[in-house]
Amino acid sequence: MPEPTVRQMPVLAADYFHSYAVVGLLAVVGVLFVAVAFGAGRLLRPVVPTPEKLLTYECGVDPVGEGWAHTQVRYYVYAFLYVIFAVDSIFLFPWATVFAAPGYGATTLVEMFIFLGFLAVGLLYAWKKGVLEWT
Amino acid sequence: MNDALDVAVRLVVVFVVFLVLPLVVGQTEHKVMAHMQGRLGPMYAGGFHGWAQLVADGVKFAQKEDIVPAAADRRIFQLAPAVALLPYLLVLVVIPIGPSEGAVGQVVDAGIFFVLAVMGVGVLGSLMAGWASANKFSLLGGLRTAAQLLAYELPMLLAAASVAMAAGTVSLPGILNAFHWWWLPWQIVGALVFFVAGLAELQRPPFDMPVADSEIIFGAYTEYTGLRFALFLLAEYAGIVVLCGLTTVLFLGGWHGPWGADGLGWVWTLLKTAVLAFVVIWLRVSYPRLREDQLQKLAWTTLIPLALAQIALTGIVKVAIS
Repeated sequence: MPEPTVRQMPVLAADYFHSYAVVGLLAVVGVLFVAVAFGAGRLLRPVVPTPEKLLTYECGVDPVGEGWAHTQVRYYVYAFLYVIFAVDSIFLFPWATVFAAPGYGATTLVEMFIFLGFLAVGLLYAWKKGVLEWT
Repeated sequence: MNDALDVAVRLVVVFVVFLVLPLVVGQTEHKVMAHMQGRLGPMYAGGFHGWAQLVADGVKFAQKEDIVPAAADRRIFQLAPAVALLPYLLVLVVIPIGPSEGAVGQVVDAGIFFVLAVMGVGVLGSLMAGWASANKFSLLGGLRTAAQLLAYELPMLLAAASVAMAAGTVSLPGILNAFHWWWLPWQIVGALVFFVAGLAELQRPPFDMPVADSEIIFGAYTEYTGLRFALFLLAEYAGIVVLCGLTTVLFLGGWHGPWGADGLGWVWTLLKTAVLAFVVIWLRVSYPRLREDQLQKLAWTTLIPLALAQIALTGIVKVAIS
């Protein structure tokens, strides 16, 4: 029966947007706070720049080369792992709210173990490949 | 009109809490650390046991010259502290401290989801700072921060999912309404994983490799001074408040206590949060810093398998009892 759904929709939508409107207002308050703090700070503090002061700080000696130096990004493998696992895990939340509801029960639980199995095998594979150890 | 007033009061309260509680935690840290190390800590500012030390620090920070290095990416460098700080303000508004409608800034239906998503943004601030400083140490610190977030966000997510499964909802007040005392032993592994992962996301000792002062000065914050540096510090302490509050709500039953849940529920929430904040400080004094590879290993080979096991346990028990 579509009719009750139609009638309820505007109320639900209003509630939904109301709660995020308050969050949005708080974000505005936060931005204002930072803006006022930075603005007031500008009025309060001295500004006496010298070339030495504006130099990049490296252990107290003059910096060597550029700051944006070549760096070995060792962490990219973790980034891959993270993206795979985290995107998977996001799907846990909608499932988590219904899996014990009447009509789901044991079948859904088995499905969860299959899901966990995939994650665990992925993790074991990465481990076996030596990605998780450096030394 | 009444509605507008109601919202305004809520926003003001949340904002004041956001500014005051981190300072309380900071001052407690001064004193607790000092006494654990056989010192007195600050004693002069304000007269009574140095209670105004952080206010004095704030005044000092506000009048210090704000230096942006010549080589830095100016705009990004200046914006980074705000990006690091504001997510914690937004998270604070959805944490319920009592059972009544008036004891939460704003009920958001997708509570856990919202909290985890917004908290992840804070790390962007450190990354921006690390990159924009044009300093090798800052860059290293920023990359370590990113790696740490990648490793510890996942166990945190999985542990939170376990609670959502137990409660059958992702709304924070909904979880607390479904809470029973036996959830404590049932979810204890998830609670430990969540708390440890949260500590690591905040880069608190023993997970403070990204800001390790003895090797990379102060990581992504090396070039900062004055007010902007103060905002980064405030973000760290606001993060402690948020993490302890969330752990309380998700795993320790929030406003539930042996007695007085109706009228004095908020006291329980604050008490549990305070005890957790004390533990955070205690850990800082007790443990040496983990090396970068040990950090990653702890997350991937210990916390994630534990969190997966907790999810399996939660699923089995939940289906068995329903």
